[in-house]
Amino acid sequence: MTWQSEVLIEGEAHGEVLRFDAPISFWGGISPVTSQVILAGHPQQGTAIADKILVIPQMIGSSSSSAVMLELFYTNMAPRALILGSRDAILPVGVVVARQMGWPIIPVVVLPEAPFLSADKIYITRNGQIEKD
Amino acid sequence: MILTEHEKSILSGASGTVGDQMAMELVTESARMLGADRLVEIHSSHIDGCLYHGDSGALYCEKLAEQGARVKVPATTNVGALNLLKPDQCRLPAHQRKMASRLMIAHDKMGCAPSWTCAPYQAGARPDLGQQVAWGESNAVAFANTVLGARTNRYGDFLDIACAISARAPLYGLHRSENRLARLVLEVGNLSPNLIRQDVFYAVLGALIGQLAGETVCVVNGMPKGATDDQLKALCAAAASTGAVALVHIAGVTPEAPDLETALGHRTAEKTMHITRDMVISTRDALSLAEDDQIDSVALGSPHFSEAECRQLLRLAKGVNFKVPVYICLGRHTLAAIESNGADKALVELGVVLVVDTCVVVTPILPSTPGVMMTNSAKFAHYATGNTGHLPVFGTLSECVASAQAGRVIRDQTVWS
Repeated sequence: MTWQSEVLIEGEAHGEVLRFDAPISFWGGISPVTSQVILAGHPQQGTAIADKILVIPQMIGSSSSSAVMLELFYTNMAPRALILGSRDAILPVGVVVARQMGWPIIPVVVLPEAPFLSADKIYITRNGQIEKD
Repeated sequence: MILTEHEKSILSGASGTVGDQMAMELVTESARMLGADRLVEIHSSHIDGCLYHGDSGALYCEKLAEQGARVKVPATTNVGALNLLKPDQCRLPAHQRKMASRLMIAHDKMGCAPSWTCAPYQAGARPDLGQQVAWGESNAVAFANTVLGARTNRYGDFLDIACAISARAPLYGLHRSENRLARLVLEVGNLSPNLIRQDVFYAVLGALIGQLAGETVCVVNGMPKGATDDQLKALCAAAASTGAVALVHIAGVTPEAPDLETALGHRTAEKTMHITRDMVISTRDALSLAEDDQIDSVALGSPHFSEAECRQLLRLAKGVNFKVPVYICLGRHTLAAIESNGADKALVELGVVLVVDTCVVVTPILPSTPGVMMTNSAKFAHYATGNTGHLPVFGTLSECVASAQAGRVIRDQTVWS
């Protein structure tokens, strides 16, 4: 099956999904050193986000999350792509800044009610089409 | 997206520096991703991005500065991770301390006014009613929108400085009149007149607003006129920490709410909620996590303490020394004011530790062994455990002073009747 998402930042990605089952703020929620979810009580607590395609149905809007997103590129702990539940600029700002630093970046797309579950293998094309293996 | 000739020429690199181009790209990219079709010219900025979260942020801001980016509008700086007047006060490891300082210096270099305060509105930065600005730091955003009637969304790391460099922000959200009208009414008219006049009530009401309203613009109805800046500061800071509140109207008090009907845009409220005394008390109680009566410290000044609050503390203390350290976080603007009349010495003699340019919840200054920290700030109470490991006890300023003098929690129940 394929789904059409809206492209915020263009790029290709292939990999395993990690889905956040509760809202999260990257600031205070993700360690930029280990890439693990550090928010106490979060369903994904302890899971590393590096190299995963993140499905983030709902964000908590701490604007310092842009800085954590950028730091994940710097520490080579970035995810492979972001699938957001709604338009948002906080995490994408971190991705655009990484691009301006000349670092390799990742695609960011919007797909409300994305049906992907953790461990699903999916493929995101440059025009935002998402295919599930 | 519709851009002006000037914006296009900066974006293409035909005019301005490479740093200007990077900033304009970040602003237009954000606008595109948010679905805004144009930018709005801004008149000032308050920069939150000078607080160290990792080396990459410092490297980016240094790159902007090296590439010739300079702010085009008055831009104040929020707290950094260091007390620049007393760098040894915080226990950051050497490498992080160096990078935190480089981040602050890069902002200086880009032409920001080095205010290093989370209460810029008490340090002279007071945009006019209706003025478009791009501010960061959640309490400052809420204060600018709510109390001053300026127009800003919550700008954070990188986008804040990019807006200041471009003198532009994406035109969306609270920059637009139609998004500033209240949809939710919170009635406080049933509460006792004694309670709603207390300083501490403003902080607790703020915490309640954050929980009940979140991002929905609300109007509080039934508050007395004549609220001070310090009271509204406490309300805004609390609301912006327990929820994503960027604008609250208070009927008869704040500039866009001369009355309830105007705040609602003469429409019917989507919802009206009545605040009860039970709700106030349970919100107050939820701000205290420590069960023990012993306290290890008192932390004041989130947002940064004003000169009036310093004077109030001296009046309450009546010259009786503190048994536990009392940390007062404040900006240089307030330090200069209290130095000019000797109040700084009087505070230090009582046992106060003055923390300038930063605050005890964003950088390690409190004792490294976690203990119990008493505060009159709902924002400190909200963030203390996660950021410092210290358990908060929330109380009034007079309870904080009496407790610091006793070394244990002293309560004054008359406030809550």
